[in-house]
Amino acid sequence: MADRIVDPWGDRTPFGAGESWPVRVDQHLAAGLSPADVDRWVQSASILHSNGDAMDIAVKDQKIAGVRGRAADRVNRGRLDPKDLYGWQANNSPDRLTRPLIRRDGRLVETDWDTAMGRIVERSRQLLDGPGGWGHFGFYTSGQLFLEEYYTLGVLGKAGIGTPHMDGNTRLCTATAAAALKASFGTDGQPGSYADVDFCDAIALWGHNVAETQTVLWMRMLDRRRGPNPPAMLAVDPRDTPVAREADVHLRVRPGTNLALVNGLLREIVQRGWHDDRYIGEHTIGFDELSRTVEPYTPERVAEICDVPAADVERAAELLGTAQRLLSTVLQGFYQSNQATAASCAVNNLHLIRGMLGRPGAGVLQMNGQPTAQNTRETGADGDLPGLRNWDNPAHIEELAALWNVDPMTIPHWSPPTHAMQIWRYAEQGSIKLLWISATNPAVSLPDLARIRRILAQEGLFVVVQDLFLTETAELADVVLPAATWGEKTGTFTNADRTVHLSEKAVDPPGEARSDLDIFLDYARRMDFRDTDGEPLIGWTGPEEAFEAWKACSAGRPCDYTGLSYARLRGGSGIPWPCTAEAPDGTERLYSGGRFNTDPDYCETYGQDLTTGAEFTAAQYRAKEPGGRAFLHAASYAPSPEVPSDEYPLVLTTGRTVSQFHTRTKTSRAPELDAAAPEVWVELHPDDAARYGISDGDLVGLSSPRGAIQAPARIGGIRPGTVFVPFHYGYFDVPPSERVPRAANELTVTAWDPVSKQPIFKVAAVRIARLSGGN
Amino acid sequence: MHLAHYLGLLHRAQITLADAFRQVGAAHRDEPDVAHLCEQQARVCDGHAGRLEPFVRRYAEEAPEEPDRLHSELFRGTRTGGIGLLRDLQDLYLMANECDICWTMVGQAAQGVRDRDLFAVVQGCEGETTIQLQWLRGRMKQAAPQALIVAD
Repeated sequence: MADRIVDPWGDRTPFGAGESWPVRVDQHLAAGLSPADVDRWVQSASILHSNGDAMDIAVKDQKIAGVRGRAADRVNRGRLDPKDLYGWQANNSPDRLTRPLIRRDGRLVETDWDTAMGRIVERSRQLLDGPGGWGHFGFYTSGQLFLEEYYTLGVLGKAGIGTPHMDGNTRLCTATAAAALKASFGTDGQPGSYADVDFCDAIALWGHNVAETQTVLWMRMLDRRRGPNPPAMLAVDPRDTPVAREADVHLRVRPGTNLALVNGLLREIVQRGWHDDRYIGEHTIGFDELSRTVEPYTPERVAEICDVPAADVERAAELLGTAQRLLSTVLQGFYQSNQATAASCAVNNLHLIRGMLGRPGAGVLQMNGQPTAQNTRETGADGDLPGLRNWDNPAHIEELAALWNVDPMTIPHWSPPTHAMQIWRYAEQGSIKLLWISATNPAVSLPDLARIRRILAQEGLFVVVQDLFLTETAELADVVLPAATWGEKTGTFTNADRTVHLSEKAVDPPGEARSDLDIFLDYARRMDFRDTDGEPLIGWTGPEEAFEAWKACSAGRPCDYTGLSYARLRGGSGIPWPCTAEAPDGTERLYSGGRFNTDPDYCETYGQDLTTGAEFTAAQYRAKEPGGRAFLHAASYAPSPEVPSDEYPLVLTTGRTVSQFHTRTKTSRAPELDAAAPEVWVELHPDDAARYGISDGDLVGLSSPRGAIQAPARIGGIRPGTVFVPFHYGYFDVPPSERVPRAANELTVTAWDPVSKQPIFKVAAVRIARLSGGN
Repeated sequence: MHLAHYLGLLHRAQITLADAFRQVGAAHRDEPDVAHLCEQQARVCDGHAGRLEPFVRRYAEEAPEEPDRLHSELFRGTRTGGIGLLRDLQDLYLMANECDICWTMVGQAAQGVRDRDLFAVVQGCEGETTIQLQWLRGRMKQAAPQALIVAD
């Protein structure tokens, strides 16, 4: 096998259009171990990126000792991402949390579960007592838990406490995908399939550095590119990424201008007559307004706004406009940027006006950043209701109330569930007094970190953190709960193309660590949440029962799991939802007949104005008479809330690196991954380097109106006037007295998309200065 | 013909609404969405005022003297805190409603005088005013429970 640190994508297995992707089984075992030495292999899938690659965990002497890809699986055909090959070692780290901690005299000290949970329950009861008590609670979760855990959390929060203040860090990675899918197609749910790579003749990657974020999907694309009749490729990215280098057309757009670009491409496609009049007429609403809105976006105007050559805009339009089977994938370059939802809907528009949906090779993948992000959206642990239900539809609330046997008034639905940034604001203002954070590290991952640290340290805010390690966030908690993770607990999760995988428990968690499910169930039991008959609100006690309860909640909704079971998920491949009696093997593609989930009684949202986020009413929605047609949403470009100035003349954009994930909680504890990318850096263009007298490797200071960081410079592939900093790096591995600011989010701005509420991590104004020479 | 008076009323209402949006946005910098969207909507109001101006001038030539007590004051500065935010948004909501009903009156008059250009301006701008109202209503609905029953 290739050295997957040097070559993250490994050897090519080329294939042609319509052929099946050849199997290539990747494997990595602990040093000195051969497959024959392994005691047992336990089925699982990856939670270190949103691909959800299927794998088996090798167990040796009751410890995880390696992994291998699952050849039979539809997602990866045996391949694994470097993070999967090496990341499992973090499970065995000596610094795992093994006992609960509580803050005593300002310091975190070890305690037992009874004491820790007792403290949380005591504070919860104090807060819940009295009108509006629910409003003192905020739950901020992850994209790292399993479906069963999210569903349980959703029920205890929404029907037990009755709070709308629940969201996940999935708000940072996937909220725009959900918002764009709902807005265009009526409900959340990915129209396309990863298998569309096998059939397409053109691939457009919109702000999606797939080579580093979903390496196995990139292998599939590369294998098509190296085979006969390869697909054409378009990349939209301000950086010179591996994807951009591979692409036939690379649009190196100015950060924050995506909507202007796609509007220009839409205009060109309509002007050149490459749109599908029949599909538009039968299956969409809003074409005339869309045409009017995009009319001013000539290639010349786009060239000016986006700072790309007009000829390249025309070339890109031709590539998109003449493809017979077009696959688009969208990720953070769009989602974490200015006008995120409008720009992502514009990509949906492109597919709708070309009739590029619901058949092999013609698909849209509005991606997720994290593997189980899809599950937060489905189960209601984030700013959505379980089963992709509509908070503004009383019948949907009645359904949930009947399912949970609670008063409909208990379930908060007077406005959309509170989004993450608003939860933090309420905590800052002091009305949220208990913030429960599971499996995420906001002290590194949220924008404007000085503010986040201030909030977490605030007097009067009781912070609970459950995680694997003492993260930067856990350091500031009042109670820290040691959690079990992947490989140490059983559950399911769903990847970006709706494929559900089962991940089985392979080994026991270290010390007294417990699964997140057990922690939530314990809390529900101690809080004694009851239904209207006085029975326990949550009747299940383990993952499989929780899965069965979830199936009942999903029944009849777009994400219908009723045809799935743990037994069906064992042994073979993952299965994409909806999976029902009628579709027992799951559903490869949604909307094949050009019929969308926009019926007013079924849809997940009555829609929002893309510019302000203003919610439309049921009456307004009904008046549109969608009749199963999709919406073409039109919006004009406007500059990002923060643009460069004389004082801060450069644009900062942030993003990932192939070897790290999240805030390095696991990846930094895998020696190979840590060594591959041990330090943060600042990437800048040679012209900017010359202007500021910076040489490769020099230590530079980067500052914004919020804060400053120091990092070595790396001169190279990025557009002039823009600098890039990877956002993984925090401080946990440096003693507090020696910490030098290095987290990208010291610099980023507290601002978000008005529709999806996803923070704008990719557009901030900064200035740069050389601090000293390199080592 | 009194159309000029209603055009003047609406023109001034758009200018004062723009100013109020800016004041509220600046006063609530710690609510980034409010600050950003108020700035954005102030620009929308500027645009409305700009599009009305030629009609204000044109019809002023045919106008008799302005009637008494035409203009009313709805906004007297911003407040702070959770309840303050609600009250400020509510002020904006009332002011936008004033604009909204003025657009209706002016639109009726535009049809009466067969002024296609003015009618086109009304049709474009009243839709944007509706969006302002919907955004303000939604933002207040979201904030009200926390501000009214949860906050200390």
